[in-house]
Amino acid sequence: MKHTISVLVEDKPGALARIATMFARRGFNIDSLAVGPTERSGVSCITLRVDAEHHSLEQIEKQIHKLVNVLRVTELAPDEAVERELLLLRVSASPERRAELISTSEAFKGRVVDLGADSVTFELTGTPEELDAFQELARPHGIQELIRTGRVGIARASAKKARRLSAIN
Amino acid sequence: MRINGADAILRSLEAEGVEVMFGIPGGAIMPTYDAMARGTTVRHVLARHEQGAGHMAQGYARATGRVGVAIATSGPGATNLVTPIADAWMDSTPLVCITGQVRSSLIGTDAFQECDITGITMPIVKHSWLVQDVKEIPSVMKAAFHVARTGRCGPVLVDVPRDIQEAELDFGYPDSVDLPGWRPPRKVHPLQIRDAGERIARAEKPVLYVGGGTINGDACEELLELAEAGGLPVISTLMGKGAFPESHPLFYGWPGMHGPKWSNIAMNTCDVLVAIGARFDDRVTGKLSAFAPGATVVHLDIDPAEISKLRDADVPVVGPLKKALSLLATEVRKHRDAGVPAPEAWLRRIDDWREEFPLRYSNEGAFLKPQRLMETLQALTADDDVIFTTGVGQHQMWAMQYLLTERPRNFISSGGLGTMGFGIPAAIGAKAGRPEAKVVCVDGDGCFQMTAQELTTAVLDDLPVVVVLVNNGYLGMVTQWQDMFFDGRRSHVDLSGGVPDYVKLAEAYGGVGMLVLREEELEPALREALALDRTVVIDCRVDPAEHCFPMIPAGNAAIDMVEYEEPTTVEATS
Repeated sequence: MKHTISVLVEDKPGALARIATMFARRGFNIDSLAVGPTERSGVSCITLRVDAEHHSLEQIEKQIHKLVNVLRVTELAPDEAVERELLLLRVSASPERRAELISTSEAFKGRVVDLGADSVTFELTGTPEELDAFQELARPHGIQELIRTGRVGIARASAKKARRLSAIN
Repeated sequence: MRINGADAILRSLEAEGVEVMFGIPGGAIMPTYDAMARGTTVRHVLARHEQGAGHMAQGYARATGRVGVAIATSGPGATNLVTPIADAWMDSTPLVCITGQVRSSLIGTDAFQECDITGITMPIVKHSWLVQDVKEIPSVMKAAFHVARTGRCGPVLVDVPRDIQEAELDFGYPDSVDLPGWRPPRKVHPLQIRDAGERIARAEKPVLYVGGGTINGDACEELLELAEAGGLPVISTLMGKGAFPESHPLFYGWPGMHGPKWSNIAMNTCDVLVAIGARFDDRVTGKLSAFAPGATVVHLDIDPAEISKLRDADVPVVGPLKKALSLLATEVRKHRDAGVPAPEAWLRRIDDWREEFPLRYSNEGAFLKPQRLMETLQALTADDDVIFTTGVGQHQMWAMQYLLTERPRNFISSGGLGTMGFGIPAAIGAKAGRPEAKVVCVDGDGCFQMTAQELTTAVLDDLPVVVVLVNNGYLGMVTQWQDMFFDGRRSHVDLSGGVPDYVKLAEAYGGVGMLVLREEELEPALREALALDRTVVIDCRVDPAEHCFPMIPAGNAAIDMVEYEEPTTVEATS
């Protein structure tokens, strides 16, 4: 089962490498990873998407938590969090097919960010599932290049509290 | 105080109360060695290989409970420390390794003797620092010692570029650390203790499974308290050896691959297994799914990540073991006072197993038997403060089985990583930490040559150790596996051939060499060596055919032990 884990880390050299090394060493796989600043200066957030059973997930969390630069580890439960991802996609589009593609993208609240002689580049933000759907619709047109950021997430105000995985103490 | 970074490193070590460091100088660490020459209260022991320096620091740490310090140059100096760092990581030994690094401006350019040692060691340190500003040195050093010794102990690395050692700063050593992400558990949950106490007290067949964390957590007195309060049998891992006095009536041996059968039967048939600072290592459990199948597991550890890592804990207790065991002892005593009986019948059953399945070997034949060697050594050292260190292999397992350890920090061996060559440098480090103790390294001939050069250090730095060489002319444990599991095909394990001459080698290093060929020569040689205040190597030629029993073949259930069998003698027919 897939889980989204949000890790707050001190913005120190090697902080990301330590987490990545830990995953590699313990044999855990990372599906996606996004890193960026937070509301606190000197603190970054690493959002990881991992495929793990509950037992491994608990191990992952505990092992991450042991890293000296890690301040907090939380799982973002799907029903208690908002998750978003950004997609940039350049798709083949002759002038006569542009209109169709653009109207498709509008259904996903996408924007055209670049136009070429035979291509359009879209920017889309949404849930990873929405991006998947748009990607599939664009595919028959010929995807030239596609890049996604990996998901980031935030707990909903209504969430009881950020669910700490470390059940023990 | 305006000083340079190198002086700041030494002033930091002094502020931490470090009495000795082990190392070798080289290009990128020269400013710090120059600072040593200008003066420091910290003794420096010059190793002959950085791996030796690292294991010395480990031996020092394990013998004293203080943080070990190793220091080396960049590149090969640093990579030579990797094995001790990995060893300290596996066995949770508090270690601060200081390495020189090439100048900041050269980092990343493949400069002479450059290597990314913080990168290389990332999976085997608790934390590491590449110092980027001379002003960081005091706070980094403070943090390094703090991280190494708090929570679950372990190694840290501080990598200091040469220009940063040379740059100047206003030195002041901080009183506190600023590590918002490092918060090892300091409390124990009272409800967990109550639950654990109840289960342990009411158990019919409890076993205390004691690991090295008990020694690291300075919880040995509390362990004794708990065992005696509850009348609970204690089984100790190799790393936990010495945590509980091994002549105590409640002591029931060592678990795992070469543990006695009675210990393994007890571990595997108990109803409540209390893991204390132990981590269900595969050498202890054998086939995990078949390990202690009927047991409720109470797991006490300072490291939450060890709880339910391999075996699900029914009652997890996270926190400092000293506190946890003390509370647990009180709790169990309460139940006993209320009339919940101690598991007397269970103890008698284990006693029966002990009688039925004792450690056995045959003392027949012309050769000195390694087990007899251990028994003799045990008899000669039983009443003294003797620290044993070992290499890794058959001799190590025999040492575990026969050298009864009464006190914590008196048996020092490489457990998790299984580092051959650990014994000699670890012994030297132990001697540096506890000069009043006699230090004996029980080593194999395979291990000996991996770090024998450190005998130089033992002699020149006046850190005399006795090396009892269990010399069977083979890489013995590998040979045993080839004999048992590879149809006896012996592949590249033969070390015999008379080279080197260990007696002459010992003398060449400035020590005393002795040769023991027969059993009757053993005791006088050991007596003499133990009485001398010198570095001695006793080359004991033991039976090359001897296997270490009992044994759980790797991957098998612990209960399916292979035992020693008396050689069948063919009746002569007339």
